[in-house]
Amino acid sequence: MSDKSEYFIVRDQNIYEVVIGLEVHAQVTSNSKLFSSSSTKFGAEPNTQVSLVDAAFPGMLPVINEFCVKQAIKTGIGLKAKINNKSVFDRKNYFYADLPQGYQISQYKYPIVGEGNVTLDMPNGQKKIGIERLHLEQDAGKSIHDIDPNSTLVDLNRSGVALMEIVSKPDLRSPDEVNAFIKKLRSIMRYLGTCDGNMQEGSLRADVNVSVRKKGSKDLGTRCEIKNVNSIKFMQMAIAYEANRQVDLIEEGKKIDQETRLFDTKKNETRSMRSKEDAHDYRYFPDPDLLPLEIDDEYINKIKLEIPELPDEKKKRFIDKFNLTSYEATILVSDIETSKYFEEVIKDSDVKLSTNWITGELFALLNEKGLDISDSPISSKNLSKLINFIKDGTISGKIAKTIFEIMAEKDEDPEKIINEKGLKQESNPEELEKLIDQILNDNRDKVTEYKSGKDKLFGFFVGQAMKVSGGKANPKLLNEILKTKLIK
Amino acid sequence: MVVCDNIFYHMTIDLKTVKHISKLARISLEEKKAEKLATDMNSIFEFIEKLNELNTDNVEPLTSIAETTLRFRDDKITSENIREKILKNSPEKNDDFFVVPKVVE
Amino acid sequence: MSEIPSLTLYELIKNIKEKKISSNEAAKSFIDRAERSKKLNTYVTDNFENCLKLSKQFDNRPNFDLKLPGIPIAVKDLFCTTDVRTTAGSNILNNFIPTYESTVTQNIWNEGGILLGKLNCDEFAMGSSNETSFFGNVQNPISKDLVPGGSSGGSSAALAANLTPITIGTDTGGSIRQPASFTGTVGLKPTYGSCSRYGIVAFASSLDQAGPMSKDVKDCSILLEVISSFDKKDSTSIDFKRNNYSKELTNNIKGLKIGIPKEYRIDGMPDEIEKLWQKGIEYAKECGAEIIDISLPHTSYALPTYYIVAPAEASSNLARYDGVKYGFRSSGENLIDMYEKTRSEGFGEEVKRRIMIGTYVLSSGYYDAYYLKAQKVRQLIKKDFDDAYNKVDAILTPSTPSSAFKIGEKSSDPVSMYLNDIFTVPVNLAGLPGISIPAGTDKNNYPLGLQIIGKPFDEQTVLNIAYSMEEKINYKNNICDWWIK
Ligand SMILES: [Mg+2]
Ligand SMILES: [Zn+2]
Repeated sequence: MSDKSEYFIVRDQNIYEVVIGLEVHAQVTSNSKLFSSSSTKFGAEPNTQVSLVDAAFPGMLPVINEFCVKQAIKTGIGLKAKINNKSVFDRKNYFYADLPQGYQISQYKYPIVGEGNVTLDMPNGQKKIGIERLHLEQDAGKSIHDIDPNSTLVDLNRSGVALMEIVSKPDLRSPDEVNAFIKKLRSIMRYLGTCDGNMQEGSLRADVNVSVRKKGSKDLGTRCEIKNVNSIKFMQMAIAYEANRQVDLIEEGKKIDQETRLFDTKKNETRSMRSKEDAHDYRYFPDPDLLPLEIDDEYINKIKLEIPELPDEKKKRFIDKFNLTSYEATILVSDIETSKYFEEVIKDSDVKLSTNWITGELFALLNEKGLDISDSPISSKNLSKLINFIKDGTISGKIAKTIFEIMAEKDEDPEKIINEKGLKQESNPEELEKLIDQILNDNRDKVTEYKSGKDKLFGFFVGQAMKVSGGKANPKLLNEILKTKLIK
Repeated sequence: MVVCDNIFYHMTIDLKTVKHISKLARISLEEKKAEKLATDMNSIFEFIEKLNELNTDNVEPLTSIAETTLRFRDDKITSENIREKILKNSPEKNDDFFVVPKVVE
Repeated sequence: MSEIPSLTLYELIKNIKEKKISSNEAAKSFIDRAERSKKLNTYVTDNFENCLKLSKQFDNRPNFDLKLPGIPIAVKDLFCTTDVRTTAGSNILNNFIPTYESTVTQNIWNEGGILLGKLNCDEFAMGSSNETSFFGNVQNPISKDLVPGGSSGGSSAALAANLTPITIGTDTGGSIRQPASFTGTVGLKPTYGSCSRYGIVAFASSLDQAGPMSKDVKDCSILLEVISSFDKKDSTSIDFKRNNYSKELTNNIKGLKIGIPKEYRIDGMPDEIEKLWQKGIEYAKECGAEIIDISLPHTSYALPTYYIVAPAEASSNLARYDGVKYGFRSSGENLIDMYEKTRSEGFGEEVKRRIMIGTYVLSSGYYDAYYLKAQKVRQLIKKDFDDAYNKVDAILTPSTPSSAFKIGEKSSDPVSMYLNDIFTVPVNLAGLPGISIPAGTDKNNYPLGLQIIGKPFDEQTVLNIAYSMEEKINYKNNICDWWIK
């Protein structure tokens, strides 16, 4: 990540700015589908989670899942958005093999959630990205082109699963901001439990709208929509490619066509997806099988009570209450699992030490093993214990690192490790005194040198004491005793 | 009766429009049938255009005649695996999937 | 018992309960008559063998507490029936066998009814003469080469020809009431939301409603009681307290106010329709009702509104017939080609015409001018009725502007065909209950019907008025069994 999140494309004298808007499709976390009672579980055998409604059999009718409505409202609250008291389900009509009804039930003119915003923490400060709307809609099935050489196979397991389409305003200006936006959105939804944000499983994907304009211009350029990109890396690559392509066209004096494009991940390029003659006309109209969705304020207020502390508020609390730096707070709240882990550790442990150990040793360990914090080999309980042993002087920081490494292999109680391996810190003054006397006795010449002014030798005595004690000497106590003995 | 002036009807539906609509509706049409349809549609729309006489500027559109609000369902999985039933009527036989002509994206 | 088929439902139930007729005997006699009535072309798919089996089962373990104890019943082929082919009168569903049951038919089986078979209808219920069916015309038993009305034409013909004691149809713009009127039978379209739409092949979702068809009003009330139910599987089903319509049926309508809408006196309406209406007014007065002149000012806009709303919804509802999941498929070079050929060959001309109209009125640039406009006018039409019901309890009109016409007479001119529904369509647009009862005949001795329109959910009043007028009118169908072999 560059130091600044500013991103421009420069050609000779011309500086271009990139304008990006996202349409994020987030799968609602729910047991059953938006309008039918079949399961939404990922990875099932093809067509085993398909009801008569999902496969659009004659006479089948949609009945809405209340939980999905609540999830959309929760997300809307998380996006600081207006929840609309009345919204309408429309049919978006088009033919496709994996769209069994011949239409998608979506919300067009009247979405359930209106305008809101998301705050990004960029290296050069915070930036607010506007949210245009959030609406509920059905997912389509899956067309599989690579099993049968002569046919396309259709799996409808995903058909009818609830999606939230979250549309941003064209406020994003760089691939880095897109990265931050998706991560923040994902974080908010994971805090809320409304979307698991799993991009590999397709729970989160986005259409990316890209246009370019000369820096300083207020007009929007012609935009192209890059459909269905399912990783942040690909989004960033697609934006970079597409922005440069558009700039090249402008520089050549050519026109940019407003069109839908596809990102080819193998060739790292975007290309036109649909021919013009196939221009879409979705013929939206209110679904006569459903009634308008009416939600009163009382209903919304009840849901508000269920909203947990979200990343922005948590960050503020961490800074205010625990004196964390903005940087520390940002990483500790970025993911709900991390913040949960952190809060469990600090329940019984020192905040400063915990912060250091989590953002330092633990993150390094997880990184090395490629694990999420929810799969951490060291439980929050055991890490908290380890930190407490450091704090009360039972072990030194150095010993703690050794113990940490042992814990990383098997999540054991640090107390057990300390006892078994005899790693307990020596904090008995009498024992330490004996040990120090011995060392001073064995190094009389060095003692004389020290007393004649060679202060640096103090470290030598500490080192010797540590060596002899097997690293178990309490450093603080050791220092104190050494100082008094050497003055004598 | 007041003629609503912000809406323009009285357009005739030409052959090109009929063909465009048939594309949208995914119904192939022979030339002759398209011509006949254009004629039929024009006579039907002539009759439909009577609505033009009415000023409806301040009228709320009626979307549902059932005067009630949308009823909610609980988030429960009640339908199990009925793949066999789902695929039973499909025109091209396959035990696991629906099958359509190869789609090239 | 050769006279079984001519019994009313009520009489048949009575005989079965008194063990004078067994369910199996009844089934046999209807099946026997159907076998000799093939000329009428009422059945698309029969369930005779199974019906005989089930009727025997009923007789072995009869339950006379049921409302339709062992009664064989044929239904319109728009209701999905488990393991029995359901075509909606279309080639595109020619080979479709549902694995599920519509709520309305399930209600009938739950009360002891037994499926005789599936009755012909206009393709996807789009038509007023049963001529658009992929399975061919239906003959009106009243007279040879006469249409039975539509779209529930197979149902009305089967009923009038005594091939089923009662039946059910669906009514989107008059598809129960108009065929009832054309065959001298009774047909009721209930309030929108009374009968579940679950498992009924959809035509226009905001208008479709299933309803009873019968030989008289009493039978109609029994059947309505069975099929009207709240259903969680249909989001537009309404949870209101349903009457025991047959128990509460009365011929005492003294003091009820019945409105006569002046706008239903349309230009060019045949004299005999006007006369029939006047006669109806007289009967209503004789029954003790008070007649009040009312106005439904937007009546003439109902048909144009209907011909935007219904095709628009249909164009979307019929998008699922694409050759992928079930039904007919034509082979194509690619997916789009397959879609276009399947739908072109699978749908008949009228259905394609309506899909085209519907697609057009929803297409970009035309939505506001047509669809939105129609929804607004629909609001005005509904308001007309709301206003009228401040003054009256029910409304009396003719059912149709003419009697049954000859097969082929109107099939080339869609608009003249659409005009058939001029008196029935406003009732669907406003979601109201309406019944057609036979009230007389025209110069050819063809039956004519009167329509009684009620307040929302006030089917009881509609039935009561129909019941008391039926007594005065004392209409008898005069059918000579000309088609019987
Ligand atoms: Mg999009
Ligand atoms: Zn979407």
